[in-house]
Amino acid sequence: MKKYLSFFRLRFLLGLQYRVAALAGIATQFVWGFMEIMIFAAFYRTGADAFPMTLTATSSYIWLQQAFLALFAAWMMDNEIFSSILSGGIAYELCRPIDIYNMWFCRNAASRLARAVLRCFPILIAAVFLPEPYGIAAPASAEHFLLFLIALVLGFLTTVSLCMLIYVLTFFTVSPQGLRILFTSGVEFFSGGVIPLPFFPDPVRRFMELLPFASMQNAALQIYSGTLNQAETVRAVALQLFWLIAVTAGGKMLCRMAVKRVVVQGG
Amino acid sequence: MITMDHVCKSYRIAKRNAGFREACRSFFRRETETVHALTDVSFTIGDGEMVGYIGPNGAGKSSTIKILSGILTPDSGTVLVDGRVPYKNRIEHVREIGVVFGQRSQLWWDVPVIDSFELLKDIYMIPHTDYQNSLEELTELLHLGELLRSPARQLSLGQRMRCEIAASLLHNPRILFLDEPTIGLDAISKLAVREFILRRNRLHGTTVILTTHDMQDIEALASRIILIGKGRILMDGTLEDIRHGGGNIDDTVAELYRSYDIAN
Repeated sequence: MKKYLSFFRLRFLLGLQYRVAALAGIATQFVWGFMEIMIFAAFYRTGADAFPMTLTATSSYIWLQQAFLALFAAWMMDNEIFSSILSGGIAYELCRPIDIYNMWFCRNAASRLARAVLRCFPILIAAVFLPEPYGIAAPASAEHFLLFLIALVLGFLTTVSLCMLIYVLTFFTVSPQGLRILFTSGVEFFSGGVIPLPFFPDPVRRFMELLPFASMQNAALQIYSGTLNQAETVRAVALQLFWLIAVTAGGKMLCRMAVKRVVVQGG
Repeated sequence: MITMDHVCKSYRIAKRNAGFREACRSFFRRETETVHALTDVSFTIGDGEMVGYIGPNGAGKSSTIKILSGILTPDSGTVLVDGRVPYKNRIEHVREIGVVFGQRSQLWWDVPVIDSFELLKDIYMIPHTDYQNSLEELTELLHLGELLRSPARQLSLGQRMRCEIAASLLHNPRILFLDEPTIGLDAISKLAVREFILRRNRLHGTTVILTTHDMQDIEALASRIILIGKGRILMDGTLEDIRHGGGNIDDTVAELYRSYDIAN
């Protein structure tokens, strides 16, 4: 266990080094968040009753999404892993007494967490001071907040697990580009990254909520503002747990297969 | 003790001719060719031996090293290293071996070398005192000193290779695989690396298998030579066996390659 923690630590510290990148990220997320909220505000003005959430709840959803972007963004993948598979640097990693899957999982989790830690606080603090309904509201209750934290962690781990599938599949496809583009654009849409999931028409939404992508960010963000009732909350967290276990197990199995038939590229 | 017994390994390689039409055609019908990297390779290496594994490019040297270090799985045949099957119990196996790939880097590019070492310490679960001892010894013999505090990306190739070798030996492996450890190094670095490998073998009884194109490496290090060409073992003997008279070592080896018709 300790060796995986060391990977986590080294990666985390490495991630904290990039301060300028973090500043740029914060600025981007601010602009993006504002833009989205402006658009939604315009929609709400024409008919607030047509929407499943209040504008305040939507604003909270968007700000939390922007603050924790690094935890959930599917496109933030570790290029070093891809290049180690493509160039054959993987040879060294296979010479270590470690499980490749677990190591990559730790590395990914660490770099995402490092990015999120650097970026979330300025966004959250600024959003708290924005006037209602454009800022971030307090959580619906203390329990909601606690559940939100649990769902946040589960969603974060599910995201890493899903990304792991792409890394592992690169063993088979040689180039990660195709899969990566398909995966990232698909995930953005299905996880509520483009439009929050509650805004989809009911039959579509019900189906989408069952997919593993809804377990990434949507569950936590909806729990925060209390738009889910108790039964729905329990179901959402249970689904998260289910997907986390299923996707991780699948990824590990695939990884074992991949390592058996690995070809080290480039001599 | 390392034994390879009738080991075969082949790769499938997609082939096509040049040109747009050919590229389109291969989109629908891919022609693949099976390349036999290793055919019926057998040898035994005892504890504490230093073996030079030579052959032209593409002869199967690296494939052999990768099979012995548990990275690749052979198609057939049996491999035993100190009683372990490398590709079956990979994790237990790699704990006991050290590997240096001269053309790749195992150091983390952006952090000081010492951070990579500390990570390896945790990965191999090396007890603190053992780690301190090997680090001290390696630092002294390989003249690492200040290098340890610089990021790997700012080291010269020779400096980096010394660090790479140290990194592969921190956990005191009994067997060391060196895949072209002196590639691209200047004369002084080469000598330093060679002297270090010799000392390691004498002091710790480390079994060393090294592949190289540099025949001076072989001259300086290997008491035994295994020659491989087109995936087959062609010769297993000593340097004296191939040297007739006092000729230049490079000429001798080139002559040897030609006589077996394996020169590419």
